Amino acid sequence: MSRPTTPPHSDALASRSARGAALVAAFIAALDVTACASRDADRFSASQDADGAHRLADGGVYASTLHAPRQLVSILGTTRNLQGQPVEIRCATCHDLLVPPPALPDRASSLGGPHAGLRFDHGGNACAACHDPTRFDRLRLATGETIPMTGALRLCAQCHGTQYRNYTHGSHGGMTGHWDLRSGPRVRNHCVDCHDPHTPRYPSFRPMPPPLDAPARVETRHG
Amino acid sequence: MAEENVTRRNALKVLGATLGAGAFARALAPLAEITQFTNLREFMQKHYRELNSDEMREVLHRLEQDTEHRYGCEVTIRDIRPQRHTQFAYALNLSVCIGCRRCVEACHQENNHDRTTHQSYIRVLEMEQGSMDMERGNTNYDHDVPAPGHFYMPVQCQQCENPPCVSVCPVEATWQETDGIVVVDYNWCIGCRYCEAACPYHARRFNWRRPEIPADEINPNQSYLSNRIRPQGVVEKCHFCLHRTREGRLPACLEACPTGARVFGNVLDADSEIRWVLENKRVFVLKEELGTRPRFFYFFDR
Repeated sequence: MSRPTTPPHSDALASRSARGAALVAAFIAALDVTACASRDADRFSASQDADGAHRLADGGVYASTLHAPRQLVSILGTTRNLQGQPVEIRCATCHDLLVPPPALPDRASSLGGPHAGLRFDHGGNACAACHDPTRFDRLRLATGETIPMTGALRLCAQCHGTQYRNYTHGSHGGMTGHWDLRSGPRVRNHCVDCHDPHTPRYPSFRPMPPPLDAPARVETRHG
Repeated sequence: MAEENVTRRNALKVLGATLGAGAFARALAPLAEITQFTNLREFMQKHYRELNSDEMREVLHRLEQDTEHRYGCEVTIRDIRPQRHTQFAYALNLSVCIGCRRCVEACHQENNHDRTTHQSYIRVLEMEQGSMDMERGNTNYDHDVPAPGHFYMPVQCQQCENPPCVSVCPVEATWQETDGIVVVDYNWCIGCRYCEAACPYHARRFNWRRPEIPADEINPNQSYLSNRIRPQGVVEKCHFCLHRTREGRLPACLEACPTGARVFGNVLDADSEIRWVLENKRVFVLKEELGTRPRFFYFFDR
């Protein structure tokens, strides 16, 4: 299953893109551009911190914050309870968090114990590509810097630059709150809200029910 | 003497008058029914743009009481005007949309749509990769999404700069506001459905019946031009959730989108997300050749 990352008829659309640019320019020009001049530019001087969350300079403007992922304190094991649900096992049940773990395996398939059922489908990455080999509860960037699990966005951004760029410009990843940060705050989803880091592809699932008032299908005369 | 007057001619006159009066009463009977649904003030209500603030307050109060009476739910209906220096635009990332219809469902609930027809302002078209013909899109898909070989294109009102629906309205019950949103005065609409026929995007909906919504499912945050419960026999459409967006909030369909395919904002703000998308993505509009100049854009990631 492949997601349509390129447009169909990309040649046709490429020629359209020039027209598209003209269209956008015309659209913006047609609007009341004089209104721009009176806009208080200072209020929009956004800076961005390392987590990708927008912190706005003006105190009168609300923040766009990153939804903090849940602190990882447990995993779902391979054994199941009487209801058939996987049993939740806290990390500290087996691991002494202060003692460094034994060397991380190269791939998830060689994990044993409660980790044996871990599904892994994230390229050919070794565990230590993301996990800090000396700390259970920390991640490690390519620079060697270790960060807490909750800072995963920086780690993901190392490889997924396109998505990160789109994310920082509001065109990837869900959000709630306000479009106008002068009126109220906004909360952005974190990468791991939607993507399981071990199997990051967004799972396919049943959509909401189809409409009851669908119009009759148009049969074009020329097929 | 009186017996002399009972002629054939007089008898026919009386019979004719009786039948005539009966037919007249029968012809006027619908008026009596109307008074069950409406009152003189509602019938005599002016056009939205001719109401002064006192009259508007009275209208809103009447509508609130009417809703409470019919639906058993206390609601707040406001008249929210456009913000200054604001031009709304919407963009949708077709590479990210997975066709889950959560936007459709969110619209259904936010805008107090009829539950029995499961009405919504958004339709999601399942399109075959390689085709951009929206008339061939399938809205009735009911399998796991995203399906291989397909992409998904949600379509709602495109809030055209040159809206054909507005020009065809014979009574000016629909118009474009200063922030670009095309709205409908549900109390002025006569239900002729010309606008529904004129819209090339199938964006308008007709209320064939009075919406049925359980009291506990009604969204009480309502406004006159957007999500108040519509009367029977009028046309309605997406209004960019103006009761939310004119107060700075994001539209309900955007908040419901799990993938972040939707981008909304004020294009006059040079630092806004929507402006970045319009300037940096290869955006296109639906049925550009019709000259409707939509302010709803689509793009693929590249």
